[in-house]
Amino acid sequence: MNIRSDFPILKTNLIYFDNGATTLKPQCVIDAIVDYYSNYSANAHRGDYAISHKVDIMYESSREEVKKFINADKVSEIIFTKGSTESLNMIVFGFFKYYLKKDDEILLSKGEHASNLLPWFKLCEEIGCKIKYIPSDINFEVTIENINKMISNKTKVISLAHITNVVGDVRPLKEICKIAHSNNILVVSDASQSAGHMKIDVIDLDIDFLVFSAHKMCGPTGIGVLYGKYCYLDKLLPLEYGGGMNSSFDSLGKIEYKNLPHRLEAGTPHIAGVIGLGAAIKYLTKIGMNNIAEHEKMLKNYAIEKMSKIDNVILYSNNIDSGIITFNLRDVFSQDTSFYLDQYNICVRAGSHCAKILNEELNVKNTCRISFYFYNTKEEIDKLIEVLKNSNDIFKIVL
Amino acid sequence: MEQNLKRSIILDNYQNPIGKGLIVDDTYKKANMKNESCIDDINMMVKVEKGIIKDIRFNAEACAISISSTSIMIKLLTNKTVEKAKEIIKNFENMINERPYDKDILGEAIVYDEIYKQPNRIKCALLSWECIKKTID
Repeated sequence: MNIRSDFPILKTNLIYFDNGATTLKPQCVIDAIVDYYSNYSANAHRGDYAISHKVDIMYESSREEVKKFINADKVSEIIFTKGSTESLNMIVFGFFKYYLKKDDEILLSKGEHASNLLPWFKLCEEIGCKIKYIPSDINFEVTIENINKMISNKTKVISLAHITNVVGDVRPLKEICKIAHSNNILVVSDASQSAGHMKIDVIDLDIDFLVFSAHKMCGPTGIGVLYGKYCYLDKLLPLEYGGGMNSSFDSLGKIEYKNLPHRLEAGTPHIAGVIGLGAAIKYLTKIGMNNIAEHEKMLKNYAIEKMSKIDNVILYSNNIDSGIITFNLRDVFSQDTSFYLDQYNICVRAGSHCAKILNEELNVKNTCRISFYFYNTKEEIDKLIEVLKNSNDIFKIVL
Repeated sequence: MEQNLKRSIILDNYQNPIGKGLIVDDTYKKANMKNESCIDDINMMVKVEKGIIKDIRFNAEACAISISSTSIMIKLLTNKTVEKAKEIIKNFENMINERPYDKDILGEAIVYDEIYKQPNRIKCALLSWECIKKTID
């Protein structure tokens, strides 16, 4: 099976190593979206006519796909949002705003993406709860031991990325949930960097809330998922009110709400996005999540081994399990490195990767990040290595 | 200007930038500028006396184009009147944005006259010029 031929963009000589930012799209996902807009572009949950009925079937079957994909208990626990950011904001301002009290503590890490920090900052401003950061160990990883140290009788929630987007460490979510629950603490996880890269089983993890975005797993932009255990999700107050989420209302302002999941999906949804996400999940499942994880790990080890032999390459994360490599060229600003690689059609990300307080721990503000996916190859890494080896002349190329 | 000469002027200004390092002095006006791409970040302080720019200092977390452009700008604008500086800045912006400009007043800054060919670096070249405008406007 030649996976690369599934991706139209790979027919060019592009070497795409920025999968942490977004992934490329396979033809089957593009086709599913075009099929909706070309052949049955009616609204959802509306008409009795045939193409509207087909929309309902396709829309809800995507929800079924998501449920299977993360092994949720019920389809009503799957809410479609515009992405992880919206999902996290709904969790923070629709649930924890009412669940937490003044002085209650939230445990986060400094390696979190802005989307798992800023909503909590705002909530603290609003209701007076407090953020505590779990210190990371020498490999910048969050350990159970350090979490244990930070738990107090005021700790009510732990919110962590499953895999961080800069260092790429995989957090031991199952053990975290176990410790948290034995202390009456809820756990939220941002699975943006993991959902498309490894098998996630929300029942096995026993996670309370989990979010991810479709575009980081071969799906379209503008669509994502909010998963919550039914008992908590049912208490999450909608942040948006309007059509599709009410069953009736009167002129006195009395509203009767629909049940989950529809109560949390006001307005016409991103139908094409949901259908595209369904197609992406089917595609990933066909390839196999474990195969994806293994391939990425193989690529990462291969690249680390070669990169560590290049004198002017500084590596920041060697021992982590995901397909993310963070590095700099000695005495070269990360952005100049990414411009340099771009001259050879190699796409990497430079910057602080939206984790702007991580530099307090990494002691370096800006880095280059390579993030692999299953369509990347050893040959692409060989090309990268060759270009990095020749980087003594970098300013001849970028200036 | 020949490409190799341009490159060596840029590289020299990047590796040995003029005006690097901030000082504690309240007679300077201060400004900060960040690139929207969330990388380049520059702090600048400018001393103006009797309508003349006497000193410009900066520190930055930024790429080679940004830093070199800052250094070249500092050389060009120091000891100029604010009015003249504004004219030079306007001409620099015109050059970067492919509009008519007076190259005779831009000195070394003409090394960026073809930066429009790399659209993703235009903001880097302009960063410090945008920043100083905050202090003299």
